[in-house]
This record gives sequence, C-alpha cells and structure tokens, in this order.
Amino acid sequence: MRYSRTSKMLGVAAIAALALSACGGGDSSTESEGDASRVIVVDGSEPQHPLIPTNTNEVGGGQVLDLLFAGLISYDAEGKSQNEMAESIETEDSQNYTITLKEGKTFTNGDPVTASSFVDAWNYGAAAKNAQLSSYFFESIEGYDEAAAEGSTVEEMSGLKVVDDLTFTVKLSQPESDFPLRLGYSAFYPMPAEALENPEKFGENPVGNGPYKFDGEGAWQHNQQIDLVPNEDYEGPREAQNGGVTFKMYQNDTTAYQDLISDNLDVLKTIPTSDIQNFKNDLGDRWIEAPYAGNQTIAIPYYLDNWDGEAGKLRRQAISMAINRDEITKVIFNNGRTPAKEFTAPVLDGYSDSLEGSENLEFNPEKAKELWKQAEELEPFDKSKPLTIAYNADKGDHKTWVQAVVNSIKNELGIEVTGKPFASFKEVRTVATEGKLTGAIRAGWQADYPSLANFLGPIYTTGAGSNDARYSNEKFDKAVSEGLSAGSVEEGNQAMNDAQEMLLEDLPAIPLWYQVAQGGWSNNVENVEFGWNGVPLYYAITGK
Amino acid sequence: MPEIENPTPSPRRAKTSAYPVEHFVADVSETPVAATDSKISDDAPTSLWREAWRNLRKQPLFIISAILIIAVIFVALFPGLFTNEAPNDNCMLSNSDGGPAPGHLLGFTQQGCDILARVVYGTQSSLTVGLFATIGVVIVGGLIGAVSGYFGGWVDAILARLGDIFFALPLILGAIVIVQVPFFRENRNVWTLVLILMTFGWPQIARITRAAVIEVRNADFVTAARSLGVSPFGALVRHVIPNALAPVIVIATISLGIFIVAESTLSYLGIGLPPDVMSWGNDIFAAKSSLRTNPMALFWPGLALSLTVLSFIMLGDALQDALDPKARKR
Amino acid sequence: MAWYLVRRFLQLIPVFLGATLLIYFLVFSLPGDATAAICGEKGCTPAVEASIRAQYNLDEPFWVQYFLYLKGLLTFDLGTNFAGRPIAEIIANVFPTTAKLAVMALVFEAVAGVVVGLFAGLKKGKLFDSTVLVVSLVVIAVPIFVLGFLMQFLIGVKLEWTNPTVSGDATFTELILPALVLGLVSFAYVLRLTRTAVIENASADYVRTATAKGLSRRRVIGVHVMRNSMIPVATFLGADLGALMGGAIVTEGIFNVNGVGNTLYRAVLNGEAPVVVSIVTVLILIFCLANLLVDLLYAWLDPRIRYA
Repeated sequence: MRYSRTSKMLGVAAIAALALSACGGGDSSTESEGDASRVIVVDGSEPQHPLIPTNTNEVGGGQVLDLLFAGLISYDAEGKSQNEMAESIETEDSQNYTITLKEGKTFTNGDPVTASSFVDAWNYGAAAKNAQLSSYFFESIEGYDEAAAEGSTVEEMSGLKVVDDLTFTVKLSQPESDFPLRLGYSAFYPMPAEALENPEKFGENPVGNGPYKFDGEGAWQHNQQIDLVPNEDYEGPREAQNGGVTFKMYQNDTTAYQDLISDNLDVLKTIPTSDIQNFKNDLGDRWIEAPYAGNQTIAIPYYLDNWDGEAGKLRRQAISMAINRDEITKVIFNNGRTPAKEFTAPVLDGYSDSLEGSENLEFNPEKAKELWKQAEELEPFDKSKPLTIAYNADKGDHKTWVQAVVNSIKNELGIEVTGKPFASFKEVRTVATEGKLTGAIRAGWQADYPSLANFLGPIYTTGAGSNDARYSNEKFDKAVSEGLSAGSVEEGNQAMNDAQEMLLEDLPAIPLWYQVAQGGWSNNVENVEFGWNGVPLYYAITGK
Repeated sequence: MPEIENPTPSPRRAKTSAYPVEHFVADVSETPVAATDSKISDDAPTSLWREAWRNLRKQPLFIISAILIIAVIFVALFPGLFTNEAPNDNCMLSNSDGGPAPGHLLGFTQQGCDILARVVYGTQSSLTVGLFATIGVVIVGGLIGAVSGYFGGWVDAILARLGDIFFALPLILGAIVIVQVPFFRENRNVWTLVLILMTFGWPQIARITRAAVIEVRNADFVTAARSLGVSPFGALVRHVIPNALAPVIVIATISLGIFIVAESTLSYLGIGLPPDVMSWGNDIFAAKSSLRTNPMALFWPGLALSLTVLSFIMLGDALQDALDPKARKR
Repeated sequence: MAWYLVRRFLQLIPVFLGATLLIYFLVFSLPGDATAAICGEKGCTPAVEASIRAQYNLDEPFWVQYFLYLKGLLTFDLGTNFAGRPIAEIIANVFPTTAKLAVMALVFEAVAGVVVGLFAGLKKGKLFDSTVLVVSLVVIAVPIFVLGFLMQFLIGVKLEWTNPTVSGDATFTELILPALVLGLVSFAYVLRLTRTAVIENASADYVRTATAKGLSRRRVIGVHVMRNSMIPVATFLGADLGALMGGAIVTEGIFNVNGVGNTLYRAVLNGEAPVVVSIVTVLILIFCLANLLVDLLYAWLDPRIRYA
C-alpha cells in the first residue's frame, strides 16, 4: 500500500498545476497582472557563510538559496508541500523511501539534475570532514552516525542508494512520517558536481536549479547587494513573475524602513519595532500582517533551585499567568503578534488552540498569586536569586518586549524580576549551551519545515540541541517519537498534541506569542504575499 | 617630542604672568633675587587659585551655575522629595504613551512608567556617571598629558604612544571585555560604567593637556620661575598647569554631557547599565522606539541632561574667566 | 627634524606590537564561544564545532594564536573571517568608504567649528554666542542615534533632498548627510575650544600690539588671534580622525554605510580576532600619523616650539 502522505502531496501538486493552467498557462500571476520586467529590490542581510545549501543556517543566506535552488519539494504560501524536482516520493513503512525525479531538469550551468546531484550533496552535507553547519538535518538517514562522528572519514551514508539517473532510495534509521515534509528545506537541495569539487568558489558564485540565478560572476557584492535574474529554464510552481530580485543588505530594519517609505526599497519583510505604531499610516494599503511558523517563549532552566520540582512547577504556572499577553501584543506590537495557546504555531497542520492546559497561558492574576503562594508554602523562594530574563542586544529587538513582560510579572506578583541583556548573541548562546544560566532566557523557534514535530523534538526532548531548559520527561520523549513514527499525519499530529499537553502542565518554557510577519512594499510593486515562514514569495512580486 | 631650540621667548608671544612685571629687564645685580622673592610672598593674593576663587565669587555666571548644580545634586541625593511615584514598580502598559494626567505631570513612557519619576530617579546614576567619569578622566588624562608635554623626550614618547593605543581601541571591544570580568559581571552598576568611560576617555584629555602644556611651558613666566630655582615639578604644578587649563575645562565640561549620553549608547549595545537601573540614558534609548508617537518621553530626560550640561559648561566658562589673568585685568 | 621623524616612525614598531598583543588578548578573552556565533540560533553538532575550532585555531592557547597571526602577517596573509572572506579584501572594501566619510566629517567640523567658534568668541556673551551655546547643548544632549535618525527622516524621507541611505558606491553627495551627523558632536567640541582660545588670545599683548601698530582688524583676527588659537583645536582634530573612522558604528548603521565601524562591531560580537586586530592596526597607524602631523603643526602654529 502506498503511503497516504505521498498521494496527498501529489494531489496538492495537481491542484497547483490546475490553478496555473486555469490562468491560460501564461507567465502572469493568478492575481492582477503587473509589470513582469521590473527588478524587485528587497531587504536582505549579508549571508554569514558561503552560499552552499548544506552550510547555510540563517535567513540572510537562506532566502537567497531558496530562490537559487529547487529541492524535491517546495512549500506554498500556506506551508503545503508541492513537488518541484520530485516526480514522486513513495514509502510503505515511513522508513524506506523511493524518490523519483522529473526528467529533463538542469542546473544553470547545463548539468542535468540527477539522483546523484541529491545523494552526493546530502553525503557532502553529512560527512564530518566537510563540517557543514546543517549536517544534523541528515541525522535520520541510516549511516549518518558513522559519517558525521567527530574525526570520521566516511564520506557516504549507507542509507542513500542511487538506483538510476532519476531514482534513488533513502533508508532512515527508524520510521519517521514527517521526513518527506523536511525535503523542501535548503539543506536538502541538490548541488552540481562542481560545487563539491570547489566549495569555496561555488559558495561565492553558486549554480542552482531554481527560479533565479546569479546575475553573472560577482553578483554578490559583499555587504552591499546580491543581484538575481530569472532562470529561463526553470519550470515549476515558483516561476519568476519579475525581471529579477536584488537583495540589498541592511544593517538594521529601521534604516531599511526609511528606504521603504521613500520608495528606494520595494519590499521590507520586517517592520522595525520603532515603527510598528506608524507603518499602517505611512504605507496606506501597502502592508501585510501574515502569521508565520515561529513563536517567542522564555525558557526557565530546571537546574535553577527556585524553578525545579513541584514548587518550581507552580511558580512557572504563576509566572505564565501573570503575563498579560493580550495587552503586550496590543500595545508593544500594535497587534502584530498573536498570544500563544500552545508551543507550536497556528499556520501548521494539526494546530489546536484548545489543548488541555492551555488555560495556563491565559492572563489570570488572581490564580497566579494563589499559585505563587502555594509554591511558597511548599518551599520558600530564594530571594537572593531573583528571576532574570536574559536576551541578546545585538540582533533582533528584544529589549522592549522583555521589559514589558518584566513589568507585567512584577505588577501582578510583586516579586523582583529584571531583564538581563548580553552584548552578543554568541555570549548568551554559549552560557545557555553550557548550562550556566542564572535565570530565564528568551527563546523561540522559527520552523525549518512546516511540522509540529519541528517545534517540539529539537527543543524539549531529553538532551536535544536547543533544550536550554534542560527539560527531561520520559513520557514526553516517548510521545514525540511515537508521533514521528505514526502511520498517518493525523495520528502523528494527535501524538504531538498529546505530548504538548505535558508541556503545558510543566512549562519548561513559557510560550508568549506567535510571530506575525509585518511587512510592507513600495509604490512601485504589487502582488506581494508572504510565505508560511515569514519570507515574502519573491518570485510572485511584480512591478506596477 | 617637541624640544626648545631657543629658550628665550619670542617677544611677540609674551604671555602675561600673574606677576606684575614692568616692561624693562633689569640687570640681575640691580634687582636681588631674594628681594623679588620676598616682595611676591608679601603680596596677599600669592596663590593663583585663591585669587581665582575671589574672582569667581563675584561672577553672576558662577552663581547661577552653582545654584543649578547644587539643585541637580540635591535631586540626585533625595529623589523621593520630588515625586511620590515608585518609578520602577508601577509601570502599567494601559498607560502606555499617555499624556499628562493628574499626579503624572509629564505623562508616561511607552512602558507606561511615569516620566517625571523616571527623570527624577534617573538623576543619581546619570550624574554619577557623568561627574565621576569626567573627574577620573581629567585626573588620569590631565596628569599623563601634563607630564608628557612638560618633560618631553622619552617620557612623552612612551605616554603619548600609550595614549594612541588606547585611543584606537574600539570602545565596545574594551567595554565588553571589562563587563565580563567576573567581578563586574554579577554586579554591573554605575561604577563599572565610570571605569569603562575612564579607560577609554583619558587619551583625549591627555592629548589636549599635552598640547596646552607644550604651548605654555615655553612662556617667559615659566622660564622665570625655573630660573628662580623652582623645581621642574613645582613649576609644572604651580605655573604651567593653571595656565594650560582652559582647553581642558572646555573638553571636560562637554565630555560630562557626552559621558551621560554615552551610557545611553552603551545600553543600546547591551553593555550599559542594567535595565532596572534608572538613568536618563536608559530612558532616552527606550524613548527612541516611540519617537514619532511620543516625543515627550525623549524630550524630558533630554532636557534634564541639557540643563545639567549647561550648568557645568557655564561653571567652566566662569572658571576660565577667573583663571585667565588677562581677562582679570579688565 | 629628519631625526625626529625617524624616531617617530621607529616608535610605530612597539606601538604596533603592543596594540596587536593587547587587542588580540582582549578579543581572546571575549565571553562566549566563537562557534556559537557561527552555528547560529539552532546550533550545530559537536563534530562540526570541533572542525570549526580546528580550522580557526580556536583551541590553541593565546600565545600560539597570536604568533600564528603575526606569522601570517609577515607573509602578507591576514587570513579569513568566519564567513571565509579574506580579511585583506574586507579591509580594501571598507576603508575607502570610511576614509571618505571621516575626512568629510572632519572638514565639516573643522571649518564650521572654527568659524562659528571664532565669531562666538569675538562676540562673547552676545545673542549669537548664546544661540550657539544652545545649539551645541542640543548636539551634546541628544544621542547620535536619535539625532541621526531625525535628520535622516526629515531630510531624506520628508524633504527628499537626498536618499535616506548610502548606496554601495558611497558617492560624495550621498555621504554629505552622514558626514554632517558624524561630525556633529565633534563640531560642538571644536566650536567651544575655538571660542575659549579666541577669548583668551583676543586680549593677549601681541594682539594689542598688532592692533596698536595699525593692522586691520581682519588681519589681526585672521593671523594673530586665529593662528595662536589653533593648537588645542588641531590637537583635538588630529585625535578625532581615529575616532571618526573606527567609532562611527551608530552613524554607519543609521545610513547603512558599509564601513569600518560596523565591520569592527560585527567582528567583535562574533569574536573574530584576526579581523578585529587587522582593522584596529590600520586604525592605529592612521591615528599615529595624524598625531605626528599635528605635532609638526605645533611648530608652525607656535614658532617657539621646535623639533630637534
């Protein structure tokens, strides 16, 4: 029997194809027609690493790669998968997958996209000797442990087998039903042979198979801009509707915003905190608020005495109920965030806002005071270690909301709370990773791929890489792994939500709100839509 | 290092000294050194400083600035007398960016804190940072600059180059490192900030002092003092420094304001005062995010800062007038 | 004179060694693990971290790292930053823009500061003097991140006299506004320094003598008052050049200038010691040369000062 997910995905692809042909198969978008020759100038940030799919782990480089490459699948605006390079992805047991590619696809240097383009790229990404930052994305594949172990010289994962030019098989080390969902993430993109021969050179002038390509050698002017032009050979759901995309590098959003309102920048994907009160006035009807798969939380480590055990649990609940999420999202973000009801994000398949325990995330000062009192009776709070909330001051604008959360807790519980800024992201990350936090830390997650599991597994399972709270709950771990190996998406989601109810009780982290992309565009463009991950669908934007 | 080739002062550049010297040069035998000496010590205002003080007391500029400064210090010491609000514990988002209300004369910040209370309570840390960083910088930088300018030679070479190294060091780099010294990491406060600003502020004053001292040390009254047997160090302290003070005072009074504002910039970079310490700098930084909707949140701490700086600049002007012998003649 | 110059240039060697050592040590002792910056929000595996450490010698003790850097320097190989870009290329990329910006700011603050300061000093206590005082108070009391933002918003966005941000080419016209903003604080210093010196010198004997000799007021002020008032101003400006080049973090950020200040700031935050040391070393060289120039200028401004 074929795995149901595959047929579902193909169904989606079919619908997408229908939608395109309904439009006459022309090159205009489904909405109003616009100038398809305009080069769209959008805000970017300097990629932190060479543009190699397996070595890029941040938005600045990621959004460029997403236009340069096409993976097996891609995600539409709602986060639903659509086939790109894949003809089909089939499995019967969620552990062994057979992947067939479409015929006649090429990289922009003329090389055909074959099964080895994927297998070699993935092996390259996983092998320890290449030290690729996204290597852990391949950890589900059989043979990853041998290839990725420290000092290993193994170059291939045993779970990947090329069958013929257009077919390869993947064997996972255990059944994981959401594996196909991940394949649209940049780490899984194919790479031409030249990339693996000389990665440094390739990283400066990448050659892909996506809707766009570099505008010649040196299109990446460091810290200034990256010029992309449409790839004429690309055929698929993301065909370019404009004459090119230029990523202009900005050091901060406030500056980019000034360029936006004076029409020097076409699209800005994040309105800066300082202009959240003004942008709707400044931009007229040229703005959008689109929820995306990301959230904001504060994690409280269990290694802190005040926050462990039964009393700790009561205090966590008290803190959570003392935070007036509605008011903060309204005043500080001008409604640009949605108060959280659980630990994932509403745009995901399987999301539920009425899980058992979600009342712990509702503002309830009386209950909060009562819970705090109960905790005091169990075990008095060590006042020499007051609650702090750590954040980094160099990236993102966290100070304002942290201060608002601090004030809310202080006002309702009457305890001492302070924000604790760190000068650099690096510093606060190191402290968290080493388990040396002296208080809470702002956390949060941006999804790599649209799946509930992506919000739970890497953060709350025992020993997980981003488990800053050092949460460890056998039952939770079991529920998550059951969810991953479930036979159907529905069963999987159910298991994930069961696991979430444990989190809502224990509150290893206190969910605050879901991210909403607040973006705007200039007078010169139209058809601006944002994707499930908060990044605009650049290929669909047209000139006016 | 500048060295004098011709120690005889050029006539056109004769700086008037504090001593009433007539425009002729008497033969040394005609005017016994001892007699000159005794004559000076008999005069009442021997000390330049004491005379300056006498002068100062009469100046309206000085009186106004002194009153202002005392007022600011008073607010810093007893903030509770000026507001009933507990400024850090009563910030309600429901008041966010609100205008003046009964009991809240100046309105509210974006976080819904009472602006008046924040400005009043912020005085202490801001003044401490500004005042002590300035004092520290003037003492350290002034001393190093004076010594290096006066003695020249290898002393100057070493001290001036040391200043160059410190001046070129990025402030943030040094600040981040100082802040993470274990002692400061857990109790970051105004004194950490004073130390940071001192460490990176002294070379500027040092260079200015050095230049002023180089200019003055060639003046005839210094040469005269030296030839009268005053020790090099004595001449430096009693004659050179008082006459080289003018530019130092200018830099110091402006730096006072710059330091208070620098605290704001350091907060912006995450290495300033902790967010629960109230200061004008912290408030100015916080107000930036609501600049277009609630400019008053920026205006009030900015005004407090301006008034403080103004009073110190006026004090500096008065002091300069008092110390400048030429201005005194009139 | 020649000997003096030779000695000053020889002094650059200990300055260079001392500065690089100090800065390398400071970056070395920055808190946090540099791999945390490379691995980003979601971290990477221990194996990957280990290879990154090995690649950038992060596991070596301080002295080894420092000597490896010096060794590279002697062979004209400055190494790469964490993104794999050659540091020499980065320096070649950012210094010209910053130099342009800093020189423009310096010219602005020097010319405007001296002229305004001169008139304020000559008209001490008058309306003009008081107005200037208030203006300089505003400049001092309002931080640059507010002032710069306001000027950008008014002149760039509302009035549209210029682009709000600077493009990659960093043309002269684009840099005018950032240079103004960058030079504002120093403008206040220069103006107050000039004013003070002018007041002091206007009553000096040689000025009276010159006036008594019947020289025109223009000449008295232009030659006698100005020239003798310039020593503190020149000192300040010489020292300021370094600060303008390396410390323009906020201004560069506001106007999106791809310059030294921000490159340095990012490198410090990421713990990229070779980048920080290389950039600061260039800054120190510029700084020492500017100061040497100022020291030589003393002799011209005040003939009693001689260099042997």
